[in-house]
Amino acid sequence: MGIELDFSVVLERWHSLLDGAVLTLELAAIAVVLGGIIGALGAIGRRGSNALIARICGIYVEGIRNTPLLVQIFLVYFGLASLGLKFSAFTVAAVALTINVGAYTTEIMRAGFDSIHKGQIEAAEGLALSKAQIYWHVVLWPAVERVYPALTSQFVLLMLASSVTSQISAEELTAVANYIQSETYRSFETYIVVALIYIALSLVMRLGFWVIGQLLFPRRRRLGTPL
Amino acid sequence: MGGALNINHLIFLGHGALWTIGLSLIALIGGGTVGFLIALCRVSPLRTVRLAAGTYVQLIQGTPLLVIMFLSFFGLAAIGFNISPLLAAGASMTIYVAAYLGEIWRGCIEAVPKPQWEAAEGLALSRTQRMVKVILPQAIRIATPPSVGFMVQIIKNTSLASVVGFVELARSGQIINNSLFEPFLIYSIIAVIYFALCYPVSRLSRRLELSASQKKPALA
Repeated sequence: MGIELDFSVVLERWHSLLDGAVLTLELAAIAVVLGGIIGALGAIGRRGSNALIARICGIYVEGIRNTPLLVQIFLVYFGLASLGLKFSAFTVAAVALTINVGAYTTEIMRAGFDSIHKGQIEAAEGLALSKAQIYWHVVLWPAVERVYPALTSQFVLLMLASSVTSQISAEELTAVANYIQSETYRSFETYIVVALIYIALSLVMRLGFWVIGQLLFPRRRRLGTPL
Repeated sequence: MGGALNINHLIFLGHGALWTIGLSLIALIGGGTVGFLIALCRVSPLRTVRLAAGTYVQLIQGTPLLVIMFLSFFGLAAIGFNISPLLAAGASMTIYVAAYLGEIWRGCIEAVPKPQWEAAEGLALSRTQRMVKVILPQAIRIATPPSVGFMVQIIKNTSLASVVGFVELARSGQIINNSLFEPFLIYSIIAVIYFALCYPVSRLSRRLELSASQKKPALA
């Protein structure tokens, strides 16, 4: 049987694809920044002395990590709507992705915090640093440096997972693809092109994180304990 | 809320949950088999084989599972292959899981200390014998906790099969919601069921990880 592939009808809609790709990166950027902050706070909360906060953070992490993103998106989308709060699909997508990646980041950051040797903190205490100073200089940044590879893989996975927000019609790349294929009847070609764009996006993200890593952590530490 | 939700709906959700488990098992068996081959190819002495397997992993890990689902269901239909939602979902999950498990298991094979290879070589074992008798038994032990952990991802990701009309847990929730319009209640129930499926697996994975780190072999 003859299969004729025609990529031209898909490729001539490159501007919609570009818009979708940009929106995908925007969603990922918002979720990475906000999720990163949630992750750092969550990890501090989980390891803190307040048992109630530690427990709440634990429930958040386990609840998010053991349910599908698709269901979380539906819950946020329809849950907010049933409370009478109307938000754009983009806002809901950003919120859901942030909540999702925040839980994973919390776990990764906690592993990073746990990897900081107790002696380091005692030494900082000996130097009369305040608790905040210790967390910032001695715990947070060295921890981030150690878990940086795991963090960035998680963020690339998040960018790919943002495709799920097409199900509530956030106009990101996959939603654009669904639209194009329903218009052109060229589903196979459309999704091939879109898959290639996602692969390109993940390469771009990895390259970007590598550059950021080089800038943030200029001295290559020799770590005795690989994570 | 939920006045119209009755026992039939819950039975329907139960069927969906069974299909979620079924699809997870299909993905685990299919993806595990292909992933094992991928892992072996990744450590092959032949450069081309390593390169081919590496390319596969890079391509699949750079593509969202949702797009793979769309590609195998709508894409193949558009060029003349009509396949059922079960086949499309099963194949997509297999392709996806194989790339990730392949990469996890490659790491585990490489984590077996180098002297083990050298010792096996010194005993004049062939490459196959070295692999089967010396390396794999140790790699499997290293691989168990992360593989069980990845099982949680598999269970959660089967929810994406709903987009090709495969009636698993998420899709059966959507169908019920279409008739009742109680989204908050229904999706909460769905989330709780997923949690009940995934959490024990998460716990098991963590327990395995803890016990593995406690009795770390004094090799290397």
